[in-house]
Formats: sequence, C-alpha cells, structure tokens
Amino acid sequence: MHSFGYRANALVTFAVTILALMCAMASISDNFNHPSPSAHVEVLNINWFQKQSKGNDEVSMQLNISADLQSLFTWNTKQVFVFVAAEYGTPKNSLNQISLWDGIIPSREHAKFWIHTSNKYHFIDQGSNLRGKEFNLTLHWHVMPKTGKMFADKIVMTGYRLPEEYR
Amino acid sequence: MTQLMDWQGQKLAEELMQIMLLAFAVISFATGYIYGSFQMMVLIYAGGVVLTTLLTAPNWPLFNRHPLKWLESSESEKHPKPQQAVSFKKKPAK
Repeated sequence: MHSFGYRANALVTFAVTILALMCAMASISDNFNHPSPSAHVEVLNINWFQKQSKGNDEVSMQLNISADLQSLFTWNTKQVFVFVAAEYGTPKNSLNQISLWDGIIPSREHAKFWIHTSNKYHFIDQGSNLRGKEFNLTLHWHVMPKTGKMFADKIVMTGYRLPEEYR
Repeated sequence: MTQLMDWQGQKLAEELMQIMLLAFAVISFATGYIYGSFQMMVLIYAGGVVLTTLLTAPNWPLFNRHPLKWLESSESEKHPKPQQAVSFKKKPAK
C-alpha cells in the first residue's frame, strides 16, 4: 500500500469482485420465487383460409390473448418476453410449431393484459395439411433478468380446430 | 501529504477499505432485496464505493500516526559508510 494508485487499484478490484458476487446472489434469489401465471387464448374468427400459389396452406385468424403474468416479476426482472405458438402434427413433420404473436412486457404493471388482434406472423403450413386440423395453442414466456439466469416456461391450451374447407 | 503512508497506516487503510466495501455490499443487497428494487442496491453500493475511496485511498494524516524514525543526517556522518563489494576474478565452478 505504498501509493494512492496502489490503494485505488486494490479498492477497485475488490469492489468489482464483490459486485459480481452480489449479482450472482441476486440471480440465485430468483429461485425463491414460485410464480403462478395464468393465460387463455381464444380464436374469435377465421379471417381467411387459402392455399397459396406455391401450394402451402395459409390461415389468418383473430385472436383474443389474455394473461396474468404478474407473479413472474421479481426485483431482478428486466422484462418478460411472451409469445403464442400454434402446434400440430403432419405426415411430413411430427411436430410443427409456428409463432403467431409475441410481445415484450416491460414491468409488473403491464403484465396483466388482454389483446384482441389478428396473428402478427403468418400461419403457413409446409404443405397442404391444415383443413380440419386440430392444433394446440401454447403461450410461452421468457423471464429476462437484470443479471444472471433466464427462466422460461409455457402453458399449453388444447382443443382448437381449423375449418374443413377453405374460406 | 508529501510523505508516503507508514506501515501501520497502510494496514489500517487496507483493512478499512475491505470492511467498508463488504459492509456496503451487505447493506445494499439487503436493502435492495427488501424493497424489491435492484436500482436501490446498485445506487447504495456505488455511494459506498465512492465514500470508501474518499476515506482510504488518499494519504490522510490519520494514516501517519506512527511515522518511521529515519536516522538523522548528522548522526550518519559519524559512522563509516558501507564498502563497495570486491569483485572476484575467478568464475564460479559449475
């Protein structure tokens, strides 16, 4: 400790090391949070349902997405990324997952919401398998932390079915 | 502050720095966690780092309460100065 520079260097090194430990502890504290989110997606209307010129089916639908994701937020949460995906099987692909809508929830206050919208992203099949197809809708969330580990989970909703004929 | 810190002062400055930083880490984490505010933790800790720097990095008089007693120049004149070492011609055997 023979000069100002020596002491300042030791101080900064120690301070930054401790800061890293504090961030690790903040991330670990997220494991003590046991969230209880809820969500529901309703297909209000099939806007149109066509076979494209390339031969792939495409459907546009009106969705009502409502959720209460407030319990996901902790003191260490930066934002929650949420998206809705359609899931179904075809002879070509045992599982298809197509993202229809996504959003970013910046704070706890915005985490209890409903939105009435058509699908943000195209619902296009690899092929022509969608007529009368039964599918699931899953609501996924990614809890993005300020520091440390990200948590992700989902709710699966079953029982949806596309029309038998094109519209 | 023209002289460097004495040994006791260096020890005191180092220990004070470590204790203060650890204390502010504990206080800021606990406060941030209880109030559910990450920003609060960071701000309290940053304030603590600045305070610690102000108290322990500069060479305050409090770190010079046990100054080294160097020999007076008048006293050193009375004693023979150390001789320069005589160099050997032979190379040491390997």
